[in-house]
Amino acid sequence: MTSPDSFQALYRRENRRVFATLVRLLGDFDLAEDALQSAFLAAAERWPRDGVPANPVGWLVSAGRFRAIDSLRRQRRMTPWTEAAEAAAEIPDDAPAYEDQEAVEDDRLRLIFTCCHPSLSEEAAIAMTLREICGLSTEAIARAFLIAPTTLAQRIVRAKSKIRDARIPYEVPDRDELPGRFDRVLRVIYLVFNEGHLASQGSDLLRPDLTAEAIRLARLLADLMPEPEGLGLLALLLLQDSRRDARTQENGDLIPLEQQDRALWDQSAIAEGAALVQRALRSRRFGTYTLQAAIAAVHAEAPSAGATDWAEIVGLYDALLRIEPSPVIELNRAVALAMRDGPDAGIALIEPLLAPDLLGGYHLAHAAKADLERRAGRTGPARAAYETALALARQDSERRFLTARLAEIGD
Amino acid sequence: MKYLCLVYLDRENWSACPDPVCADYAQQLVDSQSLIAGEALHPVDTATTVRVRNGQTQLYDGPFAETKELLAGFYLVEARDLNEALRIAGGIPPAKYGSIEVRPIRELDLGTPAS
Repeated sequence: MTSPDSFQALYRRENRRVFATLVRLLGDFDLAEDALQSAFLAAAERWPRDGVPANPVGWLVSAGRFRAIDSLRRQRRMTPWTEAAEAAAEIPDDAPAYEDQEAVEDDRLRLIFTCCHPSLSEEAAIAMTLREICGLSTEAIARAFLIAPTTLAQRIVRAKSKIRDARIPYEVPDRDELPGRFDRVLRVIYLVFNEGHLASQGSDLLRPDLTAEAIRLARLLADLMPEPEGLGLLALLLLQDSRRDARTQENGDLIPLEQQDRALWDQSAIAEGAALVQRALRSRRFGTYTLQAAIAAVHAEAPSAGATDWAEIVGLYDALLRIEPSPVIELNRAVALAMRDGPDAGIALIEPLLAPDLLGGYHLAHAAKADLERRAGRTGPARAAYETALALARQDSERRFLTARLAEIGD
Repeated sequence: MKYLCLVYLDRENWSACPDPVCADYAQQLVDSQSLIAGEALHPVDTATTVRVRNGQTQLYDGPFAETKELLAGFYLVEARDLNEALRIAGGIPPAKYGSIEVRPIRELDLGTPAS
């Protein structure tokens, strides 16, 4: 335990837990970060000499809080006495909260709900989540989002000022407010995942793996608060990520689901995701993440595209449309229905979706129609729809894909 | 901590919320010792904007900026934290027709007196 390796491991495993509790005890993110660093410095000095304490996390919290209060008391003569510092200094020296396992777990939830508070913009919430909950450096987050580190640092400073000045409380929302606040947390995690999903086509090895961070976050949330939709989100992320090695060509272009080499799919992620979907569905309190995960699970468990249970997928899209009506979901349902009932049934559903105020400008809608026309053997309409899709597509990889399809159907 | 809840309404909904409903909610806030002050405003047609430039006072007809939603009233409330202020704001009756902007009140910075 006292070897440098295990100390590093302890730091990686526990530093966010210690931080979460220090934020509560000190009432301020920056004070807590400083206190965290001095606590680990003190541990690195003392533990090799005196041995590792029985409760290392409790020791670190205690040391961090003591050092923060001590330095505040010394500064008191020189700088204005802030409210947070005053409150921190009034905490009795034997405050026992950190020895209570439940209180410490609650601190991690408090940290999650504060970083994802709806009073912070989505981009601020994402930055705070990656910085404060995941413990990524400002530089690493900036690299992940391809923005200047100063821009990201400012975003975090502004978010912390808002938490302090508007007094966003460090608490888990009560039952009345929980549903909306919980949805916000799920959305932030999902956005982190999507960012990682898109970025994984790049080749910058120094960029942090945001999909892995998002899965870690979803797992933490599922442990701390096993709500069905949280399990559904974790399942969705695991199932989408299970195809990571199969979904891109060497040049980074995407390979459509039905053409992927299913041997490359990560079976342990699929098994875990599918089990979570079942758990969430059984609760009967699931939502859109669970349903999307259920659809992904049906795909993941099919031996081939042809052997997929398309009827099941159409039914799941019906359920999804009842909760969240959207033309994009209708498009996906039409494609699944075409697999079940033949291309003409799908085309009949897609045509009305191509109205200008719906998906008329969405290249994937035209590409889907083109694909069904091709399968129905109608080369002319297929070509016309691929050409419309190509005119609307913006990404190079998508344009290459559509161009290849056009070449395949010939004249 | 004090928060100012600013009530914004567009012209069509200016009178959508009956006054007695607003008065009832204000009374509830008084009863729970949350309300410090609250008033409804006449429409922006009655507004005059004042500016002083180079020592000259300039007067303008109407509000400073013409926007779709206009300031219709305010509630100055005392709340434990932002979440409580947001709960109070969510109960303000015109929230159903317009929007409520919640802003924390800032202490004036008068410098630190020399000790």
